[in-house]
Amino acid sequence: MATHVKTTINNEAVEFLCEPHESLSSVLRERLHLTGTKEGCTTGDCGACSVMLDDRLVCSCLVLGVETEGMSIDTVEGVAKADKLHPIQEKLLEHAALQCGICTPGIVVSAKALLEKKADPTEEEVRFWLAGNLCRCTGYDKIIRAVLDAASVLREEA
Amino acid sequence: MSGQTSSEYKYIGTRSIRPDGADKVTGRANYGADFFLPGMVHGKILRSPLAHAKILSIDVSAALAMPGVLSIATSEDLPDMNAGTESAGEGEVDFYDFSCNVLAREKVLYHGQAVAAVAATSEAIARSALDKIVVDYEELTPVLDLLGAQKSDSPLLHKNQTTEGPKGKGKTPSNIAKQMMLARGNVDEGFSEADVVVEKTFISPIVHQGYIEPHACVVRTNESNQIDVWCSSQGHFMVRSFMARLLAMDVSNIKVTPLEIGGGFGGKTVIYLEPVAAILSRKAGRPVKMVMDREEVFRATGPGSSSIVKVKVGAKSDGRIVAMEADITLNAGAFKGSPMMPSMMCVFTPYTCPNMKVTGKDVVTNTPKVAAYRAPGAPQSHLAAECVVNEIAKRLNIDPIDLRLLNAVDEGSPTIYGPKFKAIGLKAALTEARSHPHYASALSDNQGRGVACGFWFNVGLQSSATINITESGKAVVITGNPDIGGSRASMALMAAESLGIPLDQIKPIIGDTESVGYNDVTGGSRTTFASGGAVIKAAENLIQDLKRRAAKLMDIDVELVQWIDGQAVAPADLDKKPLSLARLARKAGATGGPLTATATQTARGAGPSFAVNIIDVEVDKETGSVDVKRVTVLQDAGKAIHPSYVEGQMQGGAVQGIGWALNEEFVYNEKGVMENPGFLDYRIPLASDLPMIDTVIIEVPNPGHPYGVRGVGEAPICPPMAAVTSAVNDAIGCGADFQLTELPLSPVKVLDAAEKLMG
Repeated sequence: MATHVKTTINNEAVEFLCEPHESLSSVLRERLHLTGTKEGCTTGDCGACSVMLDDRLVCSCLVLGVETEGMSIDTVEGVAKADKLHPIQEKLLEHAALQCGICTPGIVVSAKALLEKKADPTEEEVRFWLAGNLCRCTGYDKIIRAVLDAASVLREEA
Repeated sequence: MSGQTSSEYKYIGTRSIRPDGADKVTGRANYGADFFLPGMVHGKILRSPLAHAKILSIDVSAALAMPGVLSIATSEDLPDMNAGTESAGEGEVDFYDFSCNVLAREKVLYHGQAVAAVAATSEAIARSALDKIVVDYEELTPVLDLLGAQKSDSPLLHKNQTTEGPKGKGKTPSNIAKQMMLARGNVDEGFSEADVVVEKTFISPIVHQGYIEPHACVVRTNESNQIDVWCSSQGHFMVRSFMARLLAMDVSNIKVTPLEIGGGFGGKTVIYLEPVAAILSRKAGRPVKMVMDREEVFRATGPGSSSIVKVKVGAKSDGRIVAMEADITLNAGAFKGSPMMPSMMCVFTPYTCPNMKVTGKDVVTNTPKVAAYRAPGAPQSHLAAECVVNEIAKRLNIDPIDLRLLNAVDEGSPTIYGPKFKAIGLKAALTEARSHPHYASALSDNQGRGVACGFWFNVGLQSSATINITESGKAVVITGNPDIGGSRASMALMAAESLGIPLDQIKPIIGDTESVGYNDVTGGSRTTFASGGAVIKAAENLIQDLKRRAAKLMDIDVELVQWIDGQAVAPADLDKKPLSLARLARKAGATGGPLTATATQTARGAGPSFAVNIIDVEVDKETGSVDVKRVTVLQDAGKAIHPSYVEGQMQGGAVQGIGWALNEEFVYNEKGVMENPGFLDYRIPLASDLPMIDTVIIEVPNPGHPYGVRGVGEAPICPPMAAVTSAVNDAIGCGADFQLTELPLSPVKVLDAAEKLMG
């Protein structure tokens, strides 16, 4: 039987019905049509479905929709503010750090979580933090450079 | 225009922001699984639990009776199909085989093959209905081994398949579908002249393209026999023509709207779900959405061929290669059609050697039907050829880059498959590699270095483009190839350059199958070259029209009008004000109607691309694990329209090749069931596995393109497997006799080889 769940998504109150077996990624995509959160594996291996759940980075395919009652969810759709891209998004574009772009939303969410924890990460720290976000197109080089560049922009802004 | 230096260009060669970028970094872009229609229901596929079996019966009655189940499809719903290959798209297709791969008939030929499908009001109901379909199988012995499959006593996959050879078809049934040979000179004479000969066999496993987006589509049928399809693919015209053929319909009854594609690498140049969804939709009277899960992608799509490649090379003591021979066996999977021919074409093409013989075999096994994977067949054959050339270099104590430079093809060199090369950049890339700081850098203990080159011929094929000028004078550029890695950006740059108007005045879009002329697939590294060529031609047609209209408005002879920097300009002495594109657009109604131009072409003159890699690795002698320390990739791009996306192709291709060399492999049990169908156990490279990938773009313009473009997407995956394998053999101290010859170079194999060498 479907359960009624009350959450906050990207700072807006959102209520939805979902079956107990439905993952959060499925709820976001199929019920709420927030398809920026991608599903590449549904087993927590690819990171395309990365979201913030009460400020913790998670694979939304490994969270059940019913578990999110009363919680705050931040998805890629909430990263850009009023027509202004986030520096991570800008730098990914400047560095041409996406080819097909399917992994990009997950990278944006994950990199943002890193830079909020650590303003000045090393290349190695960025590489290990993003090890849970698979990209098959780029070989990661330009992604790593973009995140390091975004970190320096954010430090200047701070 | 070819031969211009980059400084003469205003837009191409710059690193512009891609036009589709904002939508892709915000999650707004719609990929295959992101599309919804009102009343849409969900389709799921029942897949074979056996790798080889006869289908005795399929009973769908219990599933069909379930509440929420709307329709079921089996191969009985597909039209009859005649066996036999015909040319389609990039290569040859046998539509009987294709139809069996969409929904099995008579036999199942690999674990995971589609047998039936259900549409239901929810995915959960569809999944549980699959369990209610009863299929009675007669289990047969699976054929899994590429060598064993060729033996006369092997079980047969196809009772009517005989070996097609240069002299026609064989008489007895065989799992060897095809045998071919390419040759020039006389290899026996060549080897008799050689001072050193190396012969070695290299093996590679089945690998997957590993795109992150699973296959997905939404299909809607209507009562007038029209089908609408929304899907991600490497060619919506390919989807349309394959669907039409498999469903025995006319292409005009099918409209395919491309959604964004989340990676393909060749794996989305074929279809799996769309015809099934069409049947389910027609029977249910509802739009049907089908999305594969990752396990289905691994078990039943792609993959790339496993290979056994024996290479023999003979050289004089001064380094001149005098004979090269290769025997290439590629796995086709369950149905004939491995990339044997391109593998044969590419294996020795970097070398001028006068005596060559290359044989190829296309062998079927009870594994998924292979699909194209980035330079199909070439990485497997280059693995063997380039490693053996490196062994020759070591035997002769000649630097491996010098050895290659001594034997490298150049303008005018013949290819084994026919044409002579026009201007190419192999020697330039090798020369740059030799003087690169990476090549002079010292190696530490337990480190090794490998170099390799790679070749891909690239294709042209058919492309169309349309440019519509808005009333405000902006250019909407419509092409028909899905944008898999930034092609909207390259189309916009070429349109801006051709029309002489700023980049922000250009809006590149991908048209559906009914709003732009036909286009072959996004494959063969053809899009920037061939569809870009169509955009340039359309721009030239538009400029002719703009000149005519300007002449009318200026009341002068059309021959006097020139198009300069986006304006129609009259000779100075006539004292006429130049007319901008915006002004001509506003006046379009008075000069003959809206401004639009179209061009189509079957693109000739695709420029081949060569790549060179230098790769350093470090081997942990305790565990056998390999760490990639430094990678430099060099490639001839002809003219890099958008250098960042060219670098991206080079880096991404190198890393796929590194994964292929070190980690990636389909692991099958004795029943033919893949044991690692997920990204946890089929491990593609992670950010933490890699260093930065340094790139050097070489620009030797392709004389076959107005701006000198060569395709760049595929050559990058040709050298890395050989470079990594050579580096690891070097690191464990193999000298001139490589011990590690079977991919992937897993820690167990590396440790084993290292321990043997230490005695």
